[in-house]
Amino acid sequence: MQGEPTEPAASSGDMPLIKVSALRKGTVIDHLVAGTALKVLSILGIRFEGAVTIGLNLESGKVNRKDIIKIENREITPEEVSKIALVSPRATFSIIRDFNVVDKFKPALPPVIDNLIHCPNPSCVCNDSRVATRFKVERTDPLKVRCHYCERSLKKEEVELL
Amino acid sequence: MTSKGTDTISLAGRDLVSMRDFSREELLAFLDAAEGFEGYDQPILAGKILGTLFFEPSTRTHLSFTAAMQRLGGQALGFADAKISSTAKGESLADTIRVVENYCDIILVRHPLEGAARLSAESTRLPVINAGDGTNQHPTQTLLDLYTIRQKRGRLDNLKIAFVGDLKYSRTVHSLIETLTHFDNEIFLISPQSLRIPADFIEELDARGTIYSEDEDFFSLASDVDILYTTRIQQERFPDPVEYEKVKNAYRIDRATLDKIGGSVTLMHPLPRLNEIATELDDYPGAAYFDQARNGVTVRKAVLSLLLGIDRV
Repeated sequence: MQGEPTEPAASSGDMPLIKVSALRKGTVIDHLVAGTALKVLSILGIRFEGAVTIGLNLESGKVNRKDIIKIENREITPEEVSKIALVSPRATFSIIRDFNVVDKFKPALPPVIDNLIHCPNPSCVCNDSRVATRFKVERTDPLKVRCHYCERSLKKEEVELL
Repeated sequence: MTSKGTDTISLAGRDLVSMRDFSREELLAFLDAAEGFEGYDQPILAGKILGTLFFEPSTRTHLSFTAAMQRLGGQALGFADAKISSTAKGESLADTIRVVENYCDIILVRHPLEGAARLSAESTRLPVINAGDGTNQHPTQTLLDLYTIRQKRGRLDNLKIAFVGDLKYSRTVHSLIETLTHFDNEIFLISPQSLRIPADFIEELDARGTIYSEDEDFFSLASDVDILYTTRIQQERFPDPVEYEKVKNAYRIDRATLDKIGGSVTLMHPLPRLNEIATELDDYPGAAYFDQARNGVTVRKAVLSLLLGIDRV
């Protein structure tokens, strides 16, 4: 992170700006719902080849409070984006190469989510027959999904990822 | 009473797994077809075989499907106990279905696990009928309930329909309430506090704009209620037997109860009943619970015929 351009991560009233190095290459996940950054890191796993910068509960004009994650040397995959959208549907993703944002997008949940969500119903056939779980997205914000098999619905706070 | 335009809807080859899979028009197509099967016993399904896979016991559903198939000249084969199927040897449900599809033309599945009928339908090219998957769905029960409501009241809209008893665990009630959101009715939900309908269903009623109310007091019901749908309160749902004793007779309906709420209500019950409806009401003109059982065969004849794509002659 030495000698690279820096950018302000967040300001807080009269407090001095926190300076965080800009990424040469990697992914910035911004506008995460405050408190979800550590969950997102667990979704992404712990194998990182570069620095990971995390901002927790930062002030944000758009969403009041937010978390932010910068991951060096790793571009996020569409599958990871879908998983993160389940815990933070308004997050934004920026793919960085040579300090430039080459792609920026918001997650869009697919209408059907395969093999990402655990069905908490012990009587659901998907927990017995080792079939891949399948959930239909009935509402994105606030999130509501329904198990394709047992038809139980889950709200965001009930969603447990596999 | 045939509904407008339902004669152009084809249900041939479809699975009947969940009421959620069907539009209002498709539901009406089932009911309209069933009217034509009242007393109809021509052998239009001769040469067709219904595979009946009962991984848990059932008397009425099994017998009425078998009767429906045989009334139309078809045959039924299968098992009524998972212990005598290859499941007992560890065979997966999907494999059992793939084997059985070679022996029949349409498959009926009852299974204790929720979603088992959906998984079965995904495992075969044949139409699959859900005869009950755990506490989830029992679509032909819902169809025969709708059929009975329309038969007794002449319509499926603008009715006041009360559900009384165990609204928390009753699959029959859940499915019928959800399906009634396709129609425009007022719903009354009467249950003990501990057996209230799950919040998910309330959310669905709100989302669909259905008018409803919840109460513990049976006598809060308006006198002009059209349908009174009662269910059995099951003792095994109560961890504390004292709690069960408090509510077990709370909604017993007898002649005195009917006199109090007045009106000319249609009494429905999915059966079996314990003491929810006094036997003295069996000859009450509005008692429809045995008609529901009879309509079960009629509706199931229509379901078999429609899914197999074979019309009446």
